Amino acid sequence: MSDLFLTILLTLDATLRVSTPLVLAAMAGLFAERSGVVDIGLEGKMLASAFAAASVAAVVGSPWAGLGAAIIASCSLAMLHGFASITHRGDQIVSGVAINILVAGLTIILGLAWFQQAGLTPALDNDSRFLSITLPFAEQLAFIPVLGPIYKELISGHTILVYLAFAFVPMVWWVVYRTRFGLRLRAVGENPTAVDTAGLSVVKLRYKALIIGGVLCGIAGAYLSTAHNAQFTRDMTAGQGYIALAALIFGKWRPLTVMLACLLFGFLDALAVRLQGVVISGIGEIPVQFIEATPYLLTVILLAGFIGRAIPPKAAGKAYLKER
Amino acid sequence: MTDTLAIELKDIDKRFGAVHANNKVCLQVKQGNIHGIVGENGAGKSTLMSILYGFYQADAGQIDVLEKTYTFTDSHQAIAAGIGMVHQHFMLVENFTVLENVILGSEGGALLADGLEAARKELTRLGDEYGLKVKLDATIDTLSVGLQQRVEILKALYKGAKILILDEPTGVLTPQETEELFRIFGALKKQGVTIVLITHKLREIMAITDQVSVMRAGQMVAHKDTKETSRAELAELMVGRKVLLQVHKNPANVRAPLMKVKHLTIADKQGVERLKDVSFELRAGEVLGVAGVSGNGQTELLEALSGIVPMTSGTIEVLGCEMDAKHPLAPDRLRQLGLAHVPEDRQRMGLISDFSASESALLGYHTDPKINSGIWLSDRKVEANCKALMQAFDVRPADPQLKSANFSGGNQQKLILAREMERNPDVLLIGQPTRGVDIGAIEFIHQRIIDMRDAGKAVLLVSVELDEIMSVSDRIIVLCDGEISGRLDACDADERTLGMMMANALDPLDPLQTMDDHQASVKQKAHQETQV
Repeated sequence: MSDLFLTILLTLDATLRVSTPLVLAAMAGLFAERSGVVDIGLEGKMLASAFAAASVAAVVGSPWAGLGAAIIASCSLAMLHGFASITHRGDQIVSGVAINILVAGLTIILGLAWFQQAGLTPALDNDSRFLSITLPFAEQLAFIPVLGPIYKELISGHTILVYLAFAFVPMVWWVVYRTRFGLRLRAVGENPTAVDTAGLSVVKLRYKALIIGGVLCGIAGAYLSTAHNAQFTRDMTAGQGYIALAALIFGKWRPLTVMLACLLFGFLDALAVRLQGVVISGIGEIPVQFIEATPYLLTVILLAGFIGRAIPPKAAGKAYLKER
Repeated sequence: MTDTLAIELKDIDKRFGAVHANNKVCLQVKQGNIHGIVGENGAGKSTLMSILYGFYQADAGQIDVLEKTYTFTDSHQAIAAGIGMVHQHFMLVENFTVLENVILGSEGGALLADGLEAARKELTRLGDEYGLKVKLDATIDTLSVGLQQRVEILKALYKGAKILILDEPTGVLTPQETEELFRIFGALKKQGVTIVLITHKLREIMAITDQVSVMRAGQMVAHKDTKETSRAELAELMVGRKVLLQVHKNPANVRAPLMKVKHLTIADKQGVERLKDVSFELRAGEVLGVAGVSGNGQTELLEALSGIVPMTSGTIEVLGCEMDAKHPLAPDRLRQLGLAHVPEDRQRMGLISDFSASESALLGYHTDPKINSGIWLSDRKVEANCKALMQAFDVRPADPQLKSANFSGGNQQKLILAREMERNPDVLLIGQPTRGVDIGAIEFIHQRIIDMRDAGKAVLLVSVELDEIMSVSDRIIVLCDGEISGRLDACDADERTLGMMMANALDPLDPLQTMDDHQASVKQKAHQETQV
């Protein structure tokens, strides 16, 4: 009984850790898409910032310096995306995919040039990465039945970035639904002409949204290479940018539901690790690939009818052209 | 009213590429007046107003608002100067509430809560003052077009507009909504608001404005006091030549029915009956007009007759074939039989905006062996086909390679009409042939419809314009809530009778029918009594 309980707790604990970059990236995507810019470059921005964080942290020896570098790298790419798709009204998907391809190659080349290792950065010691934080009284309260272990195993013992990511969710909600900026953001993604005729700048609003997305994506990347792992490895994002996009659709572009979608996908991921090699009576060993494919399958199946129609922001994907 | 000028425009000039949209345009609008600006589509009215609103920037010229000179580089500055604009296509965020739409751009602080509260109070006050009532917490997509327009007006007033510009405000309104809008204009005028009304409907200009300016081909051609002009004079000024406001036609030479519709019922996906037990005949050599407030089943009728939407019950006999719910005929098959359809919404169903004119002129007829060898479309023939259509219907510019979207509304409509009419169909279904089309083209289109009828074809004309229905049709049926609420000959029709029928507020004129109804109600009463 208590073994099972502990197993569940540990799986949920892993869920939180795995979901963190998804939540951050999905929130980044939420800002971009709510403003009308499709952000398929989440993957590339995350990968670039993971590389930047690990490189700078390895050289400077401080995870915070790494985090700063990650945010700068991610924001630069976001501005590149904006320059191509907002200023020059290029196709947003093409520009995003270009970023993904560029980064996939660039991280390998730069790794080779700077550290003589293709697609790797030096392993980080504990001083130069984010470490788990044990919340106060975790040990002392552990004896309390049920709540004690939940506090100790599940809530306590994460890096600062995990707490930050989940704290961002209500903040994003508040910004999107309760502030002037949020109102304008939602409007510009639905009907940019209405925003323009109200005397507001469509271009400025979209750039602002991309900058915020850049910051969040930067944190997600830094988390991957300097908190969750202790090194950058080739293609370490492994499609998480795309999963974040799936979560965004799944959660219908609303912060809280998007977070729940991220947690669901994270849980499946954690489960995949735990089920590796486990033989289930009657079925046999479940192929890992099957579980890894589940988030995508689930998105397709659920979007096909179970959660109702996911209606994207109406102007998403379209460049804004004022004069006919 | 004082003689202060609300707006003075001097020598405004604007080019879009090769198009000289505004050529040294001058305009003076007195404060507190309702000033109409008329002109054909593409005359430059909307461009001029967009310049005044700061949405476009003029290449040259001077803008004075309330006797101060401004250079607007964006709409924000025009709003600050007291100008509000209600665009032809509403500038509303559909999934926002009324309140959110109104405050967008002037939220009154970084946080929404206070701004929303203040706006709620102010809007309630404005609503009382001008009779502009609307539910503030309703989302826009749940509101009717008339109410959405009201939100646009409220939006402008909330931002402190002293001068209100409305671009074709009645194009999408029902007659009742239009009357309501004019009442609001009256209330606004009383409070000293200046109104600039852009339209090409002369009836409205005569009914509501104090002054009127006429534009033609990018230039101002006349300024008149409304009292001292007439519809005929304005029409002539707009087009540059004499215009027939009445359609000239000989008595109809009616022959055998080509289409018989019996007990036609159409239910939508939700099971709501959009068309209920509709029966009529359409005969060779006549124009049958279908009147009604938009949304009372006309769209469904056109789409059912042309085979686009499935029938729920009833039968349609057309050109010797019969179709019913179990045996539908595809639109393509109907076209081969000799039935042509000019859809109501040309943007959505009539053509493909990204296609070139020659491609749009081919839609539905692409399998024609004259053009299509089975595998290849002959570019040369496709273009020749389009050229011929453009010539026959005077489509301008006559450039088959131009993108369909780049033609004005009237010319798009002429291209579609040409496509459907030049193949000489026996039955022609036409929806809203002149919606958003300028006067010169209206005259032309009406004449073409009459020509079809005189050639012994059967024409079904669906329109929300009563003038059009009355002048072009030979017989009229009125649809209300999916049922036929009136049938009459065009010579017996007047606006009042049709209006009452459209609201289903009139007993059917046919005395026999009245009798039947009476008997039915007596029977029903008797039935109820026996039940008791």
